[in-house]
Amino acid sequence: MTSGLWELVLRGVWVTLQLLFFSALLGAAVSFGVGIARTSRLWIVRFVAGFYTEVFRGTSALVMIFWVFFVLPLAFGWQLVPMWAGTLALGMTYGAYGAEIVRGALKAVDPAQQEGGVALGFTPGQRLRKILLPQAVPEMIPPFSNLLVELLKGTALVSVMGMGDLTFSGKLVRLALQESAEIYTYILLIYFVIAFVLTRLMRALERRLKAGVGRGPERAVSAREPKRAETTGAGVAGVAGGAS
Amino acid sequence: MKWDWNAVSDFMPHFWDGLLVTLEALALGSLISFGLGLVWTLLMRTPTRLVRWPVGIVTEFVRNTPLLVQLFFLFYVLPEWGLTFSALTTGVVAIGLHYSTYTMQVYRAGIEAVPVGQWEAATALNLPRRRTWTTVILPQAIRRVVPVLGNYVIAMLKDTPLLMVITVLDMMGQARLFSQQHFQFTEPVTVIGVAFIVLSYLASLLLRTLERRLVR
Repeated sequence: MTSGLWELVLRGVWVTLQLLFFSALLGAAVSFGVGIARTSRLWIVRFVAGFYTEVFRGTSALVMIFWVFFVLPLAFGWQLVPMWAGTLALGMTYGAYGAEIVRGALKAVDPAQQEGGVALGFTPGQRLRKILLPQAVPEMIPPFSNLLVELLKGTALVSVMGMGDLTFSGKLVRLALQESAEIYTYILLIYFVIAFVLTRLMRALERRLKAGVGRGPERAVSAREPKRAETTGAGVAGVAGGAS
Repeated sequence: MKWDWNAVSDFMPHFWDGLLVTLEALALGSLISFGLGLVWTLLMRTPTRLVRWPVGIVTEFVRNTPLLVQLFFLFYVLPEWGLTFSALTTGVVAIGLHYSTYTMQVYRAGIEAVPVGQWEAATALNLPRRRTWTTVILPQAIRRVVPVLGNYVIAMLKDTPLLMVITVLDMMGQARLFSQQHFQFTEPVTVIGVAFIVLSYLASLLLRTLERRLVR
């Protein structure tokens, strides 16, 4: 491969990383917003948040992307820049999966902690900020780490819309080289390296957060196990732990 | 822009064709991933490192890279190697392979969840290794993992639209074809979105019943 083609691939890596960063930010905001809303005392808030997760987890990410790219412009008469359209579709979809992680972790905090907060006269907001979240967030890191890898793999979908991410530049290079095995092996390797770095970073973050609440990290292995069962949608109770 | 019901009714025949292809891909992909996942799990339990290492690396690699790129890889590279399959076959193999790396973890957890006493009892009864697996361990392990496997079937369902990129005419492929021919995007894409919600909801209902029967 010539250096010009490598440049193309690197530009693709940059787009993928940007998209990953922005959609992870939006996804995290959606996760916490919707996840906390699902524990609300008002049934209407719980209902709306639950409806959101069911819809976004029920549809396919690719269908969502098509919708944002093609239907939104026709329906509302304005079109998003591809980067923001991709961010919107991915962030909203994966945020719905993340909301279940947040909800599960909040529910897993010992109820006595909540009651302690009530006894001390904390407002619900204070209980959430000072008692629930600091204990729940470290527990969320391993599933979020898996979700982040899923999101990374999800960013490849925008290439279908012609957005110049890593997968798309792979496609272009393939057309230039007329040789598929080489370029696609490189592309897969690059994705793998990004995923590997992400899981390492998340593990470091977990260790730091757990130290903050006075708990050691669990065995390193646990972070590697796929927690995707929780993120596969269609709330299934039981072994998967993804009760809804 | 107005919602056009005529476009919906025009699209419906194509939709049914696409639905059949989607379900076919889902069924075959699930079977491959269930079978292959079990193979990976058993290979990972062999005592020789020479087997465990490559299997571990390959499955880790497949799990952490996008299915979309894997689809492209198989679709373009296999013919270069002189292996030509239909697009649907390639797609089914890619989905099955990708998800087998997820199901292998499920099986592993299921096998590890079988109480140690069961192994010891099998040893005490002097059962041969193969019979221990087929009559003691696996029947108990598989009962536990069925609901989790079901979750992956739902995940696979939502990944079938990717097959569109390698020219398979599943629901999504039909929608794209239709929108290219009629310049109507909104209706087919929305119909498919709703179809996915309905399908995954039905699947989760089915799964819940199954789970109630199996796991007590």
